[in-house]
Amino acid sequence: MNSAATGNRPAGIDRRYLIQQLQALLPSDAVLHASEDLRPFECDGLSAYRELPLVAVLPDTIEQVQAVLRLCHRLRVPVVARGAGTGLSGGALPYRQGVLLSLAKFTAILDIDPRRRTARVQPGVRNLAISQAAEPYGLYYAPDPSSQIACTIGGNVAENSGGVHCLKYGLTVHNIQQVKVITIDGEMLTIGGSGLDAPGYDLLALLTGSEGMLAVIVEVTVKLLPAPERAQVLLAAFDDLVKAGQAVGNIISAGIIPAGLEMMDRLAIQAAEDFVHAGYPRDAEAILLCELDGTNEEVSEHILRVRGVLHDSGATEVRTARNEAERLTFWKGRKAAFPAVGRISPDYYCMDGTIPRKHLPRVLKSIAELSAGFGLPVANVFHAGDGNLHPLILYDANKPGELERTEAFGGRILELCVEVGGTITGEHGVGMEKLDQMCVQFDALELQQFHAVKAAFDKDGLLNPGKAVPTLHRCAEFGAMHVHGGRLRFPELERF
Amino acid sequence: MNDNDASVELRDSVQAARRAGTSLCIRAGDSKAFYGRETGGETLDVSRHRGITRYDPTELVISARAGTPLVLIEQALDARGQMLAFEPPHYGDTATLGGTIACNLSGPRRASAGAARDFVLGCRIINGKGEMLSFGGEVMKNVAGYDVSRLMCGALGTLGVLLDVSLKVLPRPEAEITLSLPLGEHQAIARLHDWGQQPLPVTASCHDGINLYVRLSGAQGAVAAARRLVGGDELSDGARFWNRLREQRSGFFVSQQPLWRLSLASDTPPLPIPGKWLYEWGGALRWLVSDAPAATIRDTAVAAGGHAVLYRGGDRTGEIFHPLTDGLMAIHRRLKLAFDPDGILNPGRMYPEF
Repeated sequence: MNSAATGNRPAGIDRRYLIQQLQALLPSDAVLHASEDLRPFECDGLSAYRELPLVAVLPDTIEQVQAVLRLCHRLRVPVVARGAGTGLSGGALPYRQGVLLSLAKFTAILDIDPRRRTARVQPGVRNLAISQAAEPYGLYYAPDPSSQIACTIGGNVAENSGGVHCLKYGLTVHNIQQVKVITIDGEMLTIGGSGLDAPGYDLLALLTGSEGMLAVIVEVTVKLLPAPERAQVLLAAFDDLVKAGQAVGNIISAGIIPAGLEMMDRLAIQAAEDFVHAGYPRDAEAILLCELDGTNEEVSEHILRVRGVLHDSGATEVRTARNEAERLTFWKGRKAAFPAVGRISPDYYCMDGTIPRKHLPRVLKSIAELSAGFGLPVANVFHAGDGNLHPLILYDANKPGELERTEAFGGRILELCVEVGGTITGEHGVGMEKLDQMCVQFDALELQQFHAVKAAFDKDGLLNPGKAVPTLHRCAEFGAMHVHGGRLRFPELERF
Repeated sequence: MNDNDASVELRDSVQAARRAGTSLCIRAGDSKAFYGRETGGETLDVSRHRGITRYDPTELVISARAGTPLVLIEQALDARGQMLAFEPPHYGDTATLGGTIACNLSGPRRASAGAARDFVLGCRIINGKGEMLSFGGEVMKNVAGYDVSRLMCGALGTLGVLLDVSLKVLPRPEAEITLSLPLGEHQAIARLHDWGQQPLPVTASCHDGINLYVRLSGAQGAVAAARRLVGGDELSDGARFWNRLREQRSGFFVSQQPLWRLSLASDTPPLPIPGKWLYEWGGALRWLVSDAPAATIRDTAVAAGGHAVLYRGGDRTGEIFHPLTDGLMAIHRRLKLAFDPDGILNPGRMYPEF
């Protein structure tokens, strides 16, 4: 097995020599090595994992990035690329024996082309800043992860980020046209082009969501869309989660693809309501938020039809936002759901599984049972349209053993998602966090194929080592490899 | 022919070929034999591996075996008011799902809805080592592991034999009309880009040198409103127009000369290469029937930010797809080795180097 798969790396990197060499390539303030300077990089949005790198570098030209990677390649030093560090799976966690490569200084919007409807930007540009720059032309960038105010486009590409509008507008992979990347040996590759496709293999798709394992992104050309003429949102309350789940299927069956379709359960509703007073019905078991966008005529037609579907599906109440202010208020509760849960619990752990929607009742029931079993409450927030669940496990990290129990509970939820034909991560990535669950999702041959893909780009395994794809050794320890072939990790359960 | 799972036989065939050092030419309906480079090798017939394995309209997902005729998939979707939004060309009655995905072929709706690769959610393949592997799944959002499913799209079978594919599907639009406007090339490109900056439900476009054809799709009211803004005359049978275009059965495509496909920045002005031109995808796709030298056509495409494919005709043993830069070619060769170390799957179908 190659080194990328085993994670074996030469020990004993001479830190002083490395720093000296980096200082020769970069301005002195772009090389950080004092531990207090390294502290801000010690974790990403998943703060349960922390590590300090040997050194952090903040280049501001592509040539500097190339020089840093060439040096690291020559010295066999691991490199972890980092954007804004808002990721939720530990993908940007530094490597103790490695260089942390921050792209934070690459903040230029290089070009907005309103005719072609594209924006060419550096990787450190914030997601929301692209839409803001495109707004004067009536255009916007569709993927809108909840961290869009802070997260950067380079990280979005690395994670294939989603958001609340994925069902209709797709993920990052559907909304980019070209990237420029630097490989570990310092070579720049242009992947994609100005047309709608490029010759050869679809490397743009392969790079998107590759979690910094294959190359370092230094430029992204995104597609822009005309802002819809109108957006309108409906809020429906249900006295039963199952009915809410069925209502989602009924809307889709009616031939309507909403721009956003979100579900919250009772605990999430109450936490959000207490926090931002969005006017949510506190006694509901579930609410659905359904946003419809398009031309005026289209939205008017669809609002009428969706109202009918929601009533027929047993909604106890259906409200249409009367104006833009009310629309934003309806969304405010949903968007504040995570911090709202943060207010009612010392800590929370956000999960990110995706399931075929029809299994929602079964999965929610199992999560409730697990919650009782582990003694940890769960608030459920759900991108209902595309089946992406975000159960938030409430815990207290100061209570001994509670974090471990939470992680075990979270792991069980992800395994449950795999059992019903879903996946362990819809949009947050594997990172450090879900390596064990990768052993449940994939068998040994598939994991080996992933390692071979990695080696095709980075044969020494220097880019973001130890992330995204577990070693077979780790999986054997996790005890999952015996399910090879059938994936019947829980043979006693009914199969679908 | 009935539904049949031939995956184990196919895997055994690949393993046997690997042991014998035999190259395989992957084939099902043989409707795309014209596409790509000519290859030799023993035929691996995937057409026996067929059948829709799962279709639940409310999940917006269909899964089928690679040898399933495309027409059966479209019929099943149509019966439930849904469609493959990338509107794939068939190029013959025998077209299969596997061939469509392996070639990543998309039709008129591509510019607004996305390409075949945009709708692929997961697949099962046999790699060149004879290993049966699954990637992705049957859900809309899935970022576990590298996106090998999309990597298979357009790989022309050189990385793996497609066994099963899961696709996202969409509801058919309630209303659809096609308008025709007499405009020259420059005006047509300008008009398409004016419309492109507005939220109009344009789902297909074509310029044949004389007329600009535009399809509007969506809710009744939205189509009616857009029609007033776009203007022009309504075609009596728009569906037939787009179908003939997609299948390359319209008069433009009848020629003894080579057919080139240029994928470019959409606002590229008309290019000075002699030949017949036809535009699609808002100007981003341009068909060219021409005897002009390949080098001229390729250089012009590159200057417009794109690439050129010798789609039909010409020397099928020569350079068909646009040459890659050295850096990209090196990655391609290493990826090929990662999936097919002995080079037995469709060798040379894409590039002579692998």
